[in-house]
Order: sequence, then C-alpha cells, then structure tokens
Amino acid sequence: MKAFTDLYWRLDATTSTSEKVAALRTYFTSAPAADAVAALAVLSGGRQLRSVSTSQLREWAADVTGYPAWLVEECYAHVGDLAETLALVLPAPEACADATTDPGLAEIMRTTIHDLRGADEARTREVVMEVWRRLAPRERIVWHKLLTGGLRVGVSRTLVARALAEVAGIDQAEMAHRLMGSLPADADAFTALLVPEATAADSRRPYPFFLASGLDRASVEHVSEDLGDVTAWQAEWKWDGMRAQIVRRGNDTTVWSRGEELMNDAFPEIVAAGVTLPPGTVLDGELLAVRDCRLLPFATLSKRASRKRVTKKVLDEVPCVFVAYDLLEQDGTDLREMPLAERRQRLERLVTTPFTDLLAGSAPGDVGRLFLSPLVAGGSWADLAVHRAESRTRGVEGLMLKRLASGYAVGRTRGDWWKWKVEPLEIDAVLLYAQAGHGRRAGLHSDYTLGLWNDGTLVTVAKAYSGLTDAEIVELDRIVRATTLEKHGPVRICRPTVVLQLAFEGVSLSTRHKSGVAVRFPRIVRWRKDKEPADAGTLADLKRMIVDHE
Amino acid sequence: MRDLLEVTESGLYCERGDFYVDPWRRVPRAVITHAHADHARSGCDRYLCAAEGKLVLRSRIGGASPIDTLRRGEHVSINGVKVSLHPAGHLLGSAQVRIEHGGVTWVVTGDYKLHHDPTCATFEHVPCDVFVTESTFGLPVYRWQSPEEIAAEINAWWCANRDAGRTSVILAYALGKAQRLAAMVDPSIGPIVAHGAVMKLVEAYRASGVRLPPIDRVPPRARRVGNGRALVIAPPSVLGSSWLNLFGESSVAMASGWMTLRGVRRRRGFDKGFAVSDHADFPGLLTAIEATGARRVLATHGFSDALARYLRETKGLDAAVLPTRFAGEATPDAAVADSSDMDPP
Repeated sequence: MKAFTDLYWRLDATTSTSEKVAALRTYFTSAPAADAVAALAVLSGGRQLRSVSTSQLREWAADVTGYPAWLVEECYAHVGDLAETLALVLPAPEACADATTDPGLAEIMRTTIHDLRGADEARTREVVMEVWRRLAPRERIVWHKLLTGGLRVGVSRTLVARALAEVAGIDQAEMAHRLMGSLPADADAFTALLVPEATAADSRRPYPFFLASGLDRASVEHVSEDLGDVTAWQAEWKWDGMRAQIVRRGNDTTVWSRGEELMNDAFPEIVAAGVTLPPGTVLDGELLAVRDCRLLPFATLSKRASRKRVTKKVLDEVPCVFVAYDLLEQDGTDLREMPLAERRQRLERLVTTPFTDLLAGSAPGDVGRLFLSPLVAGGSWADLAVHRAESRTRGVEGLMLKRLASGYAVGRTRGDWWKWKVEPLEIDAVLLYAQAGHGRRAGLHSDYTLGLWNDGTLVTVAKAYSGLTDAEIVELDRIVRATTLEKHGPVRICRPTVVLQLAFEGVSLSTRHKSGVAVRFPRIVRWRKDKEPADAGTLADLKRMIVDHE
Repeated sequence: MRDLLEVTESGLYCERGDFYVDPWRRVPRAVITHAHADHARSGCDRYLCAAEGKLVLRSRIGGASPIDTLRRGEHVSINGVKVSLHPAGHLLGSAQVRIEHGGVTWVVTGDYKLHHDPTCATFEHVPCDVFVTESTFGLPVYRWQSPEEIAAEINAWWCANRDAGRTSVILAYALGKAQRLAAMVDPSIGPIVAHGAVMKLVEAYRASGVRLPPIDRVPPRARRVGNGRALVIAPPSVLGSSWLNLFGESSVAMASGWMTLRGVRRRRGFDKGFAVSDHADFPGLLTAIEATGARRVLATHGFSDALARYLRETKGLDAAVLPTRFAGEATPDAAVADSSDMDPP
C-alpha cells in the first residue's frame, strides 16, 4: 500500500507529463505483478464498485473520534473531499506497517475491499476500523477513495501506455493496442503484457480510438486560416451516438465501445451485421438508434446500452444501426498508416449504402444495419459553414473534418481530425445556489445552480461546474459567502445578484426537471458583471430553443 | 450585571478600566496582544504590550505614541482594573491579556499556539472565569504535527532541492512565521536568505534578544542568489512577481496551517505545502480552554460557530461567538493570497 500511496501522491503533486510517466515507470518496475495488475485496473478508471456507503463511514468516524456527527459534516463541508476529511479527523494510527509487513495493493484490495461485498455491517465495520488503526493519514486518503470507488488520478490511458511501453521497451502504439479490450486479470497476463515481442494473446482486441479535438477558433475565416486548403480535407456529419468498433477476425465478431467495453450483449443486431463482413475486418464508426427513418435521442440509445439484457421489445423500440467512418483493418492487415483517402475508397467498396439514404427513406428494405458515413460536399469553407448551420435541425452536433492525407492516429492527437461543432445555444441565467467543489476546488463554492425568470420568480434550469477562471471562482466564492441566505449542508442558497452566461448543446422537454426542460452539457461561458438579475433570460426564452427533430 | 468586556464599534472594550484590547479604530488607550496588523492598529494615543514585543510593535505602528510595557509577573491597575500580560506563544511578544475586577477574571488570548517556538515564550495556562479564545483552526481536521516532525520535513525538502541544484523558496508571513522558520531549520544545509520585508523584522527580533542563524538579505538585482543551494524566506506577496525570477530554478513552498488541505495547496500551485502554523490546532484549543477552568468561553475568528457549538453540546460550557469586525468565515484562499501579513495562520 505504501508504494501505491507514493505513486498516488507523486501523480497528485505534479502537472508535468514526464514526471507522471516517471512515477508510473518507477511503480510498474518495482511493484509485484499482482499489485501492478490491481494498480492498472485502478489507474485505467475501471468501474470500482462501492463496498461501503459514505454515510456509514461518516457515522463510524464520528464513533471513533467521539465527535458529534454534525461536526464531521462541518469538516466535510470545509474540506470538500470525504476521503480526505475522514483521514484528517481520525485518530493517529496505532501501529503503522513497516516495509516488511506492508500489504501490497492487491492484498489490500482483496481483503479490505472486494471481500467486503455482501459482508454484513458488523463485519464491514470491523474491517474498516482495523484499516484505520493501521494506515497513516496519507494512505487512508487513498484507501478511502478505493473503498468508495472515487479514486481519480490525473493520468490518461495514453500516459499509462507510454509508461508501460517504456518499461517493456516496446513501441507506445503497440502497448496502447495491447491494453485495449480487457486489462490483464492476473500476474501472468501482466507479465505477458510486458514481453517485447508481439503475442497473439487476444485476437479480439480493437484498435485504440483516434479522437478528434475541438477547433480553437470556429469562425469560417479562422477555420480557413488554420486548416488551409479545403480540398485537403474530408467533411462528415458529427453524429450524436456512441463511438464503436466492429472487430471481425476469424469466426469471431465483437463490438467495442470507446470505453473499451465489449458490447456484444447490448447490441446483438450489430454483432449479427458484423458477421456479414469478411474475416480480418475492423470498422470504426458510430452506433445510432433509428426508428421509422428518424434518429432517436442520444439518451434513448444510452439507456439501451446500459441494459444488461436486451429483450425483443427493446430491439423493436430502439433499433440500432452502425454508421462506418473508417476501415482500420482489411484482410487481416492493419491499414492505420495508409492515408485516409485510400482507406475511404476501400471502405466505400465494403459498405455501400450512405446513412442519409436510410433517414431519407430511400434505402432498400433488405439493407441491413451497416451504413456508410456520408461525406458532406463543399467546394469552400463557406459552403461547409452553411451545412454546419443545418446541424441542429438534422440532429447532428456539427461537422467532422479529417485530413485526407492523414493516417489513423492513437488517442487525441491534434492536427488531423477536428470537430467543428455547431455554435452552442446561450442564455443569461442567475446564480441561485452554490456548493463547495471537490479536488482542486475543495472548499471553494464552484458548483453552481442557475435559474431563469418565470412569472416573476426564478426557477432552476441547470447546474454548471466549469467555465470560469480560477481567479473568478475565488472572487465568486466570496460573493457566495457574503450573499448566503440559507445553508443546507454544503449547499448555500444565495440572494440573486450574479448573472452568468450559460452555454449548452440543446434543450429538450423533461418530466424529471421541475422547470419542465432539460439542457444538454451546460457550462458557463462568462460572468456577466454588466448585467443585473432582472436582465437575465426567461424560461420561455429557453423553451423557444427546443428544436423538434421530427 | 454588565460584562467586564464588551464588543463596541471600536473593538473589545473594558468600560470600567476605559481601555480597549486590540481595537479596530484609533482609541485613547489600547492593550495589544501582538503586533500583527489586524490586532495592532496605528494611531492610538497610548499602547500597552508585553516588554519583549515593544520593538516589534514600534516597527509596525511607527509614530511616537507612547508604548507602556509589562514584564512577566507584573501587573498594572488601569482605573482600578487589574491588567497583566501572559505569553501566548504566537510570536515574539504575543500575550494573553488577563483582566480582573470585582472578583471576576477574563483572559483574552489574541492569537496563540501551544507548540514550542524558539523565537518566543511558550503559552501560559492562565485560570479565569471567562476565556476569550481565537478559533482560526477550530475544526478537528486541523491537527498539527510536532515542530520536530515539520522541521525534519522542511529540512528534507531543502536538502533534496539543494542536491538537485534548485533553490528552495518558502513563503511565510513576514512577522513571526518567517523568523520561526529561520530558527527551526538546520542552517548547516545551506545559506538562508530573506526578502527585505522579512529582514526588517529579523532585525527587530535580534534587537529584542532572539537568537537567529545568519540570514542574508536578498540584494536587489542579485543574480542567481545562493546558486541553487539557499533557503529563501519571503512573504506570500512575491508569488507571481518577477522577484522570484532571481533564483533561477526553484521549488516554491508555502508554510501555513491551511496547507493541511490538499485542495488549497493544489489550486494555489505551490510545489509543496508545509502545515506549520502559529495558531492552536483543534486539540490545542480544547487543551487551552480546559486548562483555564473557565465556565464561559467566547470564540472569535475562523470556525467560531463550530467551536462554540461543540463546547456547549459536548463540554457543557457556556460558549458563544464573539463577533469581530473581520466578519465572515475563515477562507484559506484569502489568507494565502493576501499580500499583507494580516492574521497569519
């Protein structure tokens, strides 16, 4: 636990990529393989199940310390991080393990976290108390985060792959590929991960996804200036679905999400469609839900994807298709270094029906479920900008721009793939509630609930966490404290004085929200210090922004 | 019966003796607990402070107003009210004010800590009926390491930087914390240099008889001061200024009780934070309160609400919040960002 704790705090203490990689390298070189497996799972952000509720932990911490529960809550409100709060209020450990008795991460995970699943409360309490007696505060923080499933470290998969590639002495792209799909489950698999020569261990592996970056400057003039000649680029619609790969190798067909989860159970009709592909084929594309020639909302698709079992009813109600963007492997050959223009030609020969034909009702009845992502034609950036402006009515998020000469890179490599998203919708809203943030913003009121006018009162419409500078957050925190009308635990109700410009991707009717509408991906654009609450927008303004796709 | 001390527009006032303790405005007669700006305002007609703190107080308030002093064990009668000063352990010359009249004794702590500090006298437990205590760190998450442990951490950080050829810059309030740090660290590791604002008070400390290791003033426009070996002590106001560029490659640490919290440390972008404070931590506050035997406790500054409620509900004391002009709550960011040395935690 000490080695992993050191790793956690080293990663926490630096923003430098090379120092993070060095910390990871140190850990993976020295940790026993079993611990490395556990660490890899944690660092990759794999789903960590909660073995203990946070309310139980607070209650037990109050018991151990003899502090009243309200005082522990008061501390939590101030610190903003439960794992840290508990670590700080608990009594000093009785006997810290030394280097020889220190349990490794794998043992800690097994005996104090995994084994607690399904354990009764008395047993759980006993284990928690025992760990509290043994671990130093800096170890407790890490352990609490593991226990409650809230451990986040600032390292991307790319960084982990880079560190492991350096440990193994192989190419980073090769390591990224080895890490796709399922992570090593045991010490042997971890050892195999680090062997220098390629192994055929897992033929199901998808390729690491290439991710597009958002354009920094979105006006036609800027895009033209930054991207150059339009003929060097391919434009497609940016569909609002789930990115996926279909991997067809030998007799095996698999469908993978961008989060590298196997989705064969959730999307059996896509697997069936994939079986029609020649062996040795990998397609990159988007899963979309379409019924009666109409796109269904992302939320509907997402709900379906999260189901464990897909019934016939669901298959009928939320039918899905795969829209292919790219061909990554053909006849068992990796095409990723081939220019996009050539890959696209091959893709068009393999998957022939453009997805827009389906939406237009002109696709043949027996077309199946694999479609081609249609190109958006435009002789100039201005032409493309006109198409981009149609995005909202088409139900897409904007345009994707890909350099025709580019290969298929790994991760979010900038330069060749750009998202030219439609301009967000915006409205001026009033700050109504504020809550203390977490992590870097612990103790600062940085989570805001915003409202709009409706019949002379302000109704809440959105929560937003990001968009202000650190200095603005500190300044706003002072205002929040000074204008607090009521405190409800960590939430403060503020006298309306602050107007914030809110941006979002879309608005839809909702029965789950009191205001009757839900906004998608809300964030703060700027602090409108020039405006008074009376100048803010109304709920009616917001409702007018609802676009009917149908 | 009226209280011996009451909060007025100008601060905590003893009507019977016609004097103020740490007044917020100019008043005829001020008893000063210590020389930090939020406790010692300039422009009063007459001051009273602990003898060891006179030079420091003078350097802060300037002017020619007379400063009366009391030595340990002495007392003075001000309009029939008995006043004596007792070490508070916060910084050189910091004192608790004991005020006795008509068989009732009050103690006003000002800021205090219980831990040992080589630059000032150690906190004295003074029995009283009413205890007016600070509560800057009045939450149980604040629990300091021993001064020896902290000193070892700072020394280790300094050594590691020196070995890597990096200058160690430690930010601390110019009065009190800066001198305490200089006295805490191991001067055999390398040279200690200080910002001008710190040096001014280093001199006042030395003139008052406090022993400090050799400290060099950072000369203006010095290039590559200390060649990556030095420990530089500077006030937080240098953060973000070009002054820090004098040192080439450096590691910047903040020394403050607020550094206990990871979030505060991270968002200010310090390379390192040392939770070293001149205030009492939560257990320290409880120890001090209990030792006075006071049945009535008034908490002021910081987490006064939480501390007062805890004392009422758990310890059965008559505890309440004493309002201050510095209303509102403890905000770590304000404390860390503030360029003045006001209320240094």
